[in-house]
Amino acid sequence: MAIFLNKDSKVLVQGMTGSEGTKHTRRMLASGTNIVGGVNPRKAGTNVDFDGNEIPVFGSVAEGMEATGADVTVIFVPPKFTKSAVIEAIDAEIGLAVVITEGIPVHDTAAFWAYAGSKGNKTRIIGPNCPGLITPGESNAGIIPANITKPGRIGLVSKSGTLTYQMMYELRDIGFSSAVGIGGDPIIGTTHIDALKAFQDDPDTDVIVMIGEIGGDAEERAADFIKDNVTKPVVGYVAGFTAPEGKTMGHAGAIVSGSSGTASAKKEALEAVGVKVGKTPSEAAQLVRDQF
Amino acid sequence: MDLFEYQAKELFAEYGVPVPQGKVASTAAEARAIAEEFAAAGKTRVVVKAQVKTGGRGKAGGVKVADDAEDAQAKAEQILGMDIKGHTVHRVLVEEASEIEEEYYFSFLLDRANRTFLSICSAEGGMEIEEVAETNPDAVAKISIDALKGAPADVAAEIVKSGKLPEAAAQGAAEVVTKLWDAFVGKDATLAEVNPLILTKDGRVVALDGKVTLDENAEFRQDLESLAAPEEGDPLEVKAKAKGLNYVKLDGQVGIIGNGAGLVMSTLDVVAYAGESHGGVKPANFLDIGGGASAEVMANGLEIILGDTDVKSVFVNVFGGITACDAVANGIVQALEMLEQRGDDVSKPLVVRLDGNNAELGREILTERAHPAVRQVDTMDGAAAQAAELAAK
Repeated sequence: MAIFLNKDSKVLVQGMTGSEGTKHTRRMLASGTNIVGGVNPRKAGTNVDFDGNEIPVFGSVAEGMEATGADVTVIFVPPKFTKSAVIEAIDAEIGLAVVITEGIPVHDTAAFWAYAGSKGNKTRIIGPNCPGLITPGESNAGIIPANITKPGRIGLVSKSGTLTYQMMYELRDIGFSSAVGIGGDPIIGTTHIDALKAFQDDPDTDVIVMIGEIGGDAEERAADFIKDNVTKPVVGYVAGFTAPEGKTMGHAGAIVSGSSGTASAKKEALEAVGVKVGKTPSEAAQLVRDQF
Repeated sequence: MDLFEYQAKELFAEYGVPVPQGKVASTAAEARAIAEEFAAAGKTRVVVKAQVKTGGRGKAGGVKVADDAEDAQAKAEQILGMDIKGHTVHRVLVEEASEIEEEYYFSFLLDRANRTFLSICSAEGGMEIEEVAETNPDAVAKISIDALKGAPADVAAEIVKSGKLPEAAAQGAAEVVTKLWDAFVGKDATLAEVNPLILTKDGRVVALDGKVTLDENAEFRQDLESLAAPEEGDPLEVKAKAKGLNYVKLDGQVGIIGNGAGLVMSTLDVVAYAGESHGGVKPANFLDIGGGASAEVMANGLEIILGDTDVKSVFVNVFGGITACDAVANGIVQALEMLEQRGDDVSKPLVVRLDGNNAELGREILTERAHPAVRQVDTMDGAAAQAAELAAK
């Protein structure tokens, strides 16, 4: 068991024939992901060879699903075309769409999110601007390096890609059930709360690590959720205590506006509901270790 | 990206939102000429408004009414060069004076929590909306916008009604709301605020002020470049941006280079904690060189950071995820060589922490090269402590 992604997941790649798409499709295949096809209307009907593994290209997500039974799509298309790629995935009613692309205008994200809602939210959206998710030893949908760690009993949800890798590395001897990078944009599909709920319900997860950063109030809302709904131990880490007000720190969503969105407020909210929050990534890792 | 008031109003006007007639001036003489132009059209009284991207201009004396052109010049002289909350006034907006009957508040903004947009409308305008929301919450209407539907006439009418705007302003305000939504979407804005939105004595609804933030991710379909003010921003930030680097200048002494926004933010924090036991040294900047970490990007990053006279030591913190650490180590070595060949000073101590993918190989490369400025520490916390200690010397 794991959350959102497992060994039975059949994965399509939108943008597989682009440079990023090709590079990461190769990596996903190497880590055992069952990639069943790519999507590119201009190259439909052709195959792409990945070290002897022939992956067919389909004209649309719907065609790919029809032919292969795919239930996950990973999206690598450039920002300009991402909105229509996600809408295509929603129209095809695929179960999970992982949007890796960074730099999507927030109006486009708001539009495809609203569109998903208008279609009954049949597609779970992860991202945009995220590293995707991995269930070690089973499947990898995105760009998280598969060789950092092994299967285990920690569940991780994070706004940041590199902090996800860092945390997986620090706890590589214990291993992870699933690690989900939800992305650093102001509007994202799957939230901390969605992942917390799934980890709470996952019998293979014993401890949950939640990594947040400045901007918005997602961590505060997650704290509210934890209070009433999560009985498993949760360890937190928040980045950006030294970030100045009004400056975007790399991620489009990472900005302190006035007195809102500060790391201190997030840490306090999490600690108030019993989450142990590490001051540094290694301290957070130690807090997780203490649970085993 | 935040716009100046005059830019926001130009944008409003482009979409048919009524704004007072006005022109921007960067000298007092220009301000006078504009006021003379208005006087010739029968509008002798003008308002001279400081153009700065911060609130509280009025209280700081940055907004003054002038009785005629000569007075406008005098007022512009007082305002130009003024410092308002750390922002120097380089321009003033000279605008026809409006006859105000009533003041309201209206804005569209991003609603992160609900993953959509929000409109805020109130009959209590002219002051900080946060203040109104605190003292008189019933006077502030917050209406969620369906991103697919926007703010057509029926939605706009509902918003204006919820904000309790009087009958006399309702129709005009609703029209402003719809047009402002078109501008908000058309220009990829994340904030469009009109405070105050006024009802004039002759019954028109006009945007008397404007605050707009545009989404930098939309640069591929918007012309943001022409809206950027040349004098704005820290010189190092401007230089870094030109090199395509994700850099923010801070006020400390430890230069930071890392990969990934989250890891770099975390690095700043860890350095600040370490600095607490080393005379309070702090991080000097945020710099995310992204996944690639090629020699060229590393050289560009080092060039910016070593060029910061506040920097006393540098902490390069890289976790090799997709990028292999041997490639990063080669990048550092080549970057230092590149800078040395150009005659740059690379004597400031460089504390490097490489971890993750091929970390051993990367460390070996740096050990072999044995550059006098470079020292390696295996952990993030340990490296931060050393960088802080070196900066405190």
